[in-house]
Amino acid sequence: METSSIRHSVVLDSDACRGCTNCIKRCPVEAIRVRKSKASIIAERCIDCGECIRMCPHKAKKADSDQLSSIKAFDYAIALPAPAFFAQFDALIPTSDIVQALLSLGFHSIVEVAEAAELVATATAAVLSSADRPRPLISASCPAVVRLIQVRYPSLLENMAKVISPMETAARIAKERAREAGLHGRIGAFFISPCPAKVTAARAPLSLEKSEVDGVVSFKDIHIPMLEALSHGRTGIARTCSDTQFRAGAEGIAWARSEGESEKHQAYASIAVDGIDRVIFLLEEIENGALSNVDFVEALACPGGCVGGPLVVTNPSLARTRVRGREEERKRLFSGVPIVRSPIRTDLDWTVELSSRPALLLHADFRTASSMLEELERIAEKLPGLDCGSCGAPSCRALAEDIVRGTATPHDCIFILRERLRGLTRELMDLEDFEPPSLDHGST
Amino acid sequence: MLYRFEVPGDDFSRAGHASTEIKRIMQQLGLPLRVIKRTTISMYEAEINMVVHAGGGVAEVEIGNSQITVVLRDSGPGIPDLELAMTEGWSTAPEWIREMGFGAGMGLSNMKRNTDEMSIDTVVGKGTTVTLRINVELGAS
Repeated sequence: METSSIRHSVVLDSDACRGCTNCIKRCPVEAIRVRKSKASIIAERCIDCGECIRMCPHKAKKADSDQLSSIKAFDYAIALPAPAFFAQFDALIPTSDIVQALLSLGFHSIVEVAEAAELVATATAAVLSSADRPRPLISASCPAVVRLIQVRYPSLLENMAKVISPMETAARIAKERAREAGLHGRIGAFFISPCPAKVTAARAPLSLEKSEVDGVVSFKDIHIPMLEALSHGRTGIARTCSDTQFRAGAEGIAWARSEGESEKHQAYASIAVDGIDRVIFLLEEIENGALSNVDFVEALACPGGCVGGPLVVTNPSLARTRVRGREEERKRLFSGVPIVRSPIRTDLDWTVELSSRPALLLHADFRTASSMLEELERIAEKLPGLDCGSCGAPSCRALAEDIVRGTATPHDCIFILRERLRGLTRELMDLEDFEPPSLDHGST
Repeated sequence: MLYRFEVPGDDFSRAGHASTEIKRIMQQLGLPLRVIKRTTISMYEAEINMVVHAGGGVAEVEIGNSQITVVLRDSGPGIPDLELAMTEGWSTAPEWIREMGFGAGMGLSNMKRNTDEMSIDTVVGKGTTVTLRINVELGAS
C-alpha cells in the first residue's frame, strides 16, 4: 500500500508490522490506517515527523534514508553533520576526533550544518528587522513543521520566514568550497541526519527547485561505523578549526536543541516550542490570532529539538545536556582565536512559494463537499465514539470521514457490525418460527 | 449546514474549542484561506469574550456557500455602553485576564475588522448576542 516515497520518507517494514493500532492513534495528522493487518501511510497527509518511528513497539516504521555506502558513487563526498550529531558521542570525545572519524569513513571533507545555521539566523534576523514582516514570523527550519503548516495550517504559510534550511545552506557552501578547491568529478553532499523529514526535504524540496543535498544518512546508520572509527582514531585532544574543518561557534551548535535558534533573536519577543503536540497547540493559537504580540516562533517537531529526532541513537535528554557541553567546547576553542566566519549570504530566500496542501479537503466542489460533510456528521452520530481503533482508523470521526471518502464501510466498525449481526439473528429467529401456510398449525 | 457548540464559562482552557472545530470543518469544505482565517479570528475573539465576560454561552455557526454566519448568545451582564466598548484599547477585563495576554481592548474592533458584517444586541442584565457574517467568494484564495 506504500505510495510515492517522494512525498514522505517514513516507510513501513511490512514483515515487522503486526497491524496493531498504536501508530494510528499517535499520528498527529491522522495519516495512518491499518488495512489487512498492516499499517499504511496516506502519502498526502504524512508530514514525516517520525512519531510512528519513535513509538512503534515492533520497530516496523523506518526512514527511507541513504546508506553510508552510497557515498561511493561520488568522486568526492562531503559530510554535512547536523548540529545534533556531535551530541551523539560522549562529552570526553572532542569534536575534532568526531570530525576525523567521520572523514575516515570515506568523506573527503565536512561542512558543518551548524555553520550554515548561523548564516540562516542572520538571514532570519534580516527578515525580522523589516517593517512589513508577518507577525509572528514562524521559523521554517524544521521541515516537519513546514509540512504540517502546509497540510493543516495553510493560512500560516504567509507567516513563514522564507529562508532555506541550514542543511541546504551547508550543501551550497560545500559545493562552492569544493569548486574553489579545484575538485573535479562528481561531488556529493551528504547530510548526516537525526530526522526523516530531511530525507524528503533533500529529495523533493518544497521551497526550491532542486536540492544541493545528494544524500541523507541517518544518525542510526552511521553510529556503529563511527564508534569503530573512534576506537582507532581517538586522540582525546581537542583541536581548533585550523587543522580540522569546523568553523561553527556555540550559536550554531545550539540549533541542536530547542531554543537554540530563538536565542539569537532575543531582541524580539521570541518563543520556542518543541514536540509535535505542543507545536500543533501553538499553531492553533496563532491561527486564532491569539499570539499577535509575538515576533518570532521557533517550532521544532521533536521533543527537545533535533536531539530528540526519530533517527537518533543517544537518549535525547542526555544529548541535550551534551549539546550544552559542545557549546562550551566551541567557546573554549574559539576564545582568542580569530573566527573564520563565512560571509553573510543573500541567496538564502525560498525560490518556490509554498502552496497549501489541504489534506482535510473532502471534495474540490463546495456543494459536493457540503453534502459529504453532512453525511459524515450523520455517520459520526451513529458510531459509538469510543475511538477504539479496531476499524483501522484513529477515531470514530476519522472512520466517518473515510466512509464518505469511500475508503471504508460502516461495517468496519465492530460495534456496528455487532448491531447488524444482532438484527440478522433476530430476523433469523423470526424466520425460523415461520411455517409455510400449508404446514402452519398455529392459530389463525 | 448548522453547527452548535456549548461554550463553557468555567473552563478557560476550553475557550477556543468551537472556533478550532469550525476551522477544521471549513478546511474540509475547501473554503478560501482568507475566509477561514477571518472566521477563525473573529469567532475565537467572540468566544473568548463570552468566557471572560459572560460566563459562557452558545455558539451557532451556519456555513453557506456565500456566507458564514456565527451567532454567539450569552446570558451575561450585557454591555452598558456599546460605543465605548467598541473603542480600541478600552477594556473591562480584570487584571488576571490581562496578565494572560487577553483583555487588551482590541477584541471588538478586531472582530469588526475580520467580518463583513457584525451586529451586537445587548441588554444590560439579560445578555448579549453577537452576530458575525463573513462573505465567501468561492474560487478566491
